[in-house]
Amino acid sequence: MIPEIGHFSLILALLVSLILGSFPIIGAARGNAVWMGLAKPLASVQFILIAFAFLCLVYAFAFMDYSVLYVANNSNSKLPLQFRIAAVWGGHEGSLLLWSLILSIWTVAVSLFSKHLPDDMRARILGVMGLISVGFLLFMLMASNPFERLIPAALDGRDLNPLLQDPGMIFHPPMLYMGYVGFSVAFAFSIAALLGGQLDAAWARWSRPWTILAWIFLTVGIMAGSNWAYYELGWGGWWFWDAVENASFMPWLVGTALIHSLAVTEKRGSFKAWTVLLAICAFSLSLLGTFLVRSGVLTSVHAFATDPRRGIFILAFLVIVIGGSLLLFAWRASTVGRGGKFDVVSRESFLLANNVLLAVAAMSVLLGTLYPLFLDALNLGKISVGPPYFDAVFAPLMAPAIFLMGVGPIARWKDASLPGMAMRLRWAFGISLATAVILPLMLGNFTPMIGLGLFLAFWVFASSAELVYQRLAKSDLPLMGRIKANSRSWWGMVIAHLGIAVFVLGLTIVKGFESEIAVKMLPGDVAHLAGYDFTFDGVVDHKGPNYEASHGQIHVTKNGVLRTILEPEKRLYTVTNMPMTEAGISPHLIHDLYASLGEPLEGGAWSVRIYHKPMVEWVWFGCLMMAFGGFLALTDKRYRLKRRAPSKAANSSKAAKI
Amino acid sequence: MALKARHKRFVLIGIGLALIGLAAMLILNAFQSNMVFFYTPTQVAKGEVPHNIGFRIGGLVEVGSIKRGDDGLTVNFVITDTAKTVPVIYKGVLPDLFKEGKGVVAQGKVGTDGLFVASEVLAKHDENYMPPEAAAALKSAQEQSKTLVMPK
Repeated sequence: MIPEIGHFSLILALLVSLILGSFPIIGAARGNAVWMGLAKPLASVQFILIAFAFLCLVYAFAFMDYSVLYVANNSNSKLPLQFRIAAVWGGHEGSLLLWSLILSIWTVAVSLFSKHLPDDMRARILGVMGLISVGFLLFMLMASNPFERLIPAALDGRDLNPLLQDPGMIFHPPMLYMGYVGFSVAFAFSIAALLGGQLDAAWARWSRPWTILAWIFLTVGIMAGSNWAYYELGWGGWWFWDAVENASFMPWLVGTALIHSLAVTEKRGSFKAWTVLLAICAFSLSLLGTFLVRSGVLTSVHAFATDPRRGIFILAFLVIVIGGSLLLFAWRASTVGRGGKFDVVSRESFLLANNVLLAVAAMSVLLGTLYPLFLDALNLGKISVGPPYFDAVFAPLMAPAIFLMGVGPIARWKDASLPGMAMRLRWAFGISLATAVILPLMLGNFTPMIGLGLFLAFWVFASSAELVYQRLAKSDLPLMGRIKANSRSWWGMVIAHLGIAVFVLGLTIVKGFESEIAVKMLPGDVAHLAGYDFTFDGVVDHKGPNYEASHGQIHVTKNGVLRTILEPEKRLYTVTNMPMTEAGISPHLIHDLYASLGEPLEGGAWSVRIYHKPMVEWVWFGCLMMAFGGFLALTDKRYRLKRRAPSKAANSSKAAKI
Repeated sequence: MALKARHKRFVLIGIGLALIGLAAMLILNAFQSNMVFFYTPTQVAKGEVPHNIGFRIGGLVEVGSIKRGDDGLTVNFVITDTAKTVPVIYKGVLPDLFKEGKGVVAQGKVGTDGLFVASEVLAKHDENYMPPEAAAALKSAQEQSKTLVMPK
C-alpha cells in the first residue's frame, strides 16, 4: 500500500509542478498578481509531495519490501540499515527521485529566501524551476517508476552493488546532486532575466549566493567522489578522467567561470550576456551529466539503466531545455544591455581571460568525453581517449588561469597599471620561481612539470600573501579589526584561491614523487618501498554481514621502528558473487602508505600492491578550502543586509570598495 | 605607441582570437595523438592492426588459458572472440573480476611474434557485466561465422 501512496504522491506532484510551471510565468507576463502569487505556496506543496514520495521509498527499503521491483534489484535483507537507506539512490529510478527531491528543496528555498525579489522575477524563477521539475517527474512516471511492483514478490533482494556499499555512498551522491541541481537556480534566474528583459547589478547580487552555494556542494561532492575512488577501487588513483567524473567536472569548470563572471556583473555591470550564457551552460552540462551517467550510454558502475526509451526521453528533454534556452538567449540577449567599459589591463580583462580559459577547458573535457560516444553511435569505430589526452590539455590551459589568480585580485577595476602591478608582485614572482627550482632539486627529482606545478602553487601562496599584507598594512586598527575591515567575500576569495594552491601543491608532489610496487608475498615476506619495510603477516578469514573477507595485515617499519599497520581486505559479496578490494591506508599529512590485496596465489601467498603517496591528502584538503572560501563569501554581510532592507539604490557606493 | 584606443582594442581582440585558435589546435592535436583504437581478435589475426601503436583488444578470456609465471605477477592468457584468438602477456595485479570465460579488455601493443603485451587490463565492476568492447567483438565474430554459437 505504501508504495502506491508514494506513486500517487508523485502524480500529484506532477500536477502541482505543471501549474507551477505555467500560471506564475503567464501571470508575470500579464501582470496578474494572483497568478504570480501562486508560485510560493505551490513550491511548498510540491516539496511536501515529493518528500513524502521519497519517504515512502525509504520506508520500502528500510522494511525490505521486495514486492517493489526497484527495492528487490538494489537491496538485500543482509544489507545493513544505513546502506539499505543509501540504496534508495543506488540505482537509476531512486537517483531520479533524489534529483527531483533536491530540485524541490532548492525551489522551496528560493521561494522562502526571495522576499527582496520583485514579484514578477520571483514568479518567473519559480516557474522555470517548476518546468524543470515537470520534465523529471514526467520521466519518472513514464519510464522510470521507482514504485513499480514485482509480482510475485522476490523472496530476497539482489543486493546493492558492492562498490556502493561504503559510507561514501551515503554522502557523495546527495552532495553532487545538490550541486548539479543547484545550478538550476542560476539557470532559472537567467531565464527569468531573459524573459523579463531585466538584468542589472541587483539581479547579479541576488543570484550570486545561490550560485556559490551550488558550487560549494558540487566542489565537496566531487571531492568526496574522488576520495571514495581512492580507497575503494584499490588502484591508488584518485582521478581517472572517467566519463562519469568528467560529467561532474564540466559543470564545475563552467560554474567556477560563472561565479567570477557574476562578480563582474555585480560590481561593474559588464559581462551580462556572458553571465547568462554561462548559467545556461552550467545547468545544461549538469543535465548532460545526469544523462551520461543515468542513461546507460556509458556502461560503467554508474550506469544503471539500459532501457533505450529512457535515453530517448532524456535526449528529448535535453534538446528542449538546452535548445530552448539557447534560442531564448539568441532572441532576448540584446535586451539585457551592455556593460561598462574597461581598459585592456584591468581586473575585468583578467577575469575575462580566466573565464575563457575555464570555458575552453570545459570544452576540451566535453570533446574527450563525447567524441568517442559519437563515433560509436555512428558506427565509425570504437576509440577511447584516456588520461594522456586530458593531462596534455589541462596543464597548458590551467597554468595561465592559475597564474592570473595571482594577478587578478591586485588589479584595479576598469584600468590597472601593468608596471605598478609588476612592482607589487616582483617578490612573489621571485620567491615562487626560486622555490620551483630549488625544492625539486632538494627532493631529488626535477622535471618541467614538477617545476611548473610548484611554481604555480607558490605563486598563488606568495601573491595572496602580498595581497593580504597590503590590505592589512594600510590601517591603524588592531589586527582583528583590520581583518574584519575586509568583507567576508573578499576573505572567501583569498581562501578559495589558497585552496587551489594547496590542491596544485598536493597534485604536483603526488604525481612527481609517488612510487608503487606489485609483489607476490608469502607470510613473513618483506617488501621495500620509499625507505619503508612492509612485512606481510598473512591473512585471516572473517565474515561480514553480507560478505566473506580475507583480512590481511601488513606492518610497516622504518629502520626497525614500527610506523603503522595496514589492513587491506579482499571481500567476496555472497549475493552478487562479486569480489571487492578494500585498501589498507595510513593517511598522513606528509604521505599516505597504501596497500591492497590482489589475488591469492599458491601456498598462502598473495599478490600485493603497495603505494607510497606523498601529500595526496592535500588534494582533498585543497578542495575543502575552496568550499570553505565559498561558504565565507556566502555569509557576507551584504547578502544578509539586503534581505532585511531591500533598498536597491544604496549599494553602488559600497560595491566600489570591493 | 600612438595607437588609438579603438585600434588597440582590435589588436587585442585579434590576439585573443589567435590564442583561442592556438588552444583549439593544441587540444585537437593532443586529442589525435592520444586516441586509442579498438580491435577485435579477428582483426588482429587478419593483420589489420598497426604495429608500434598501442590499441585495445577485447573478448573473452579463453577457458584454461591463464598461466602464471613464477613471480606470481606475470600472467599469460588468451583473448578470444570465439572465431580467432590472441595470446596476451601482462605483468601486474589483475582486476577483481578477471576470470576465465569472462569479458575482458586489454590495452597494449602487439609484437612481431604476435604476442600482445598488455600495459593495462580492464574487467569491469559487475559479475554479469560485459565490457561493451568485448561484447562488440563477440558479436562481430558471430556475424562473420554464423555457425558458431555465442557463449552465454
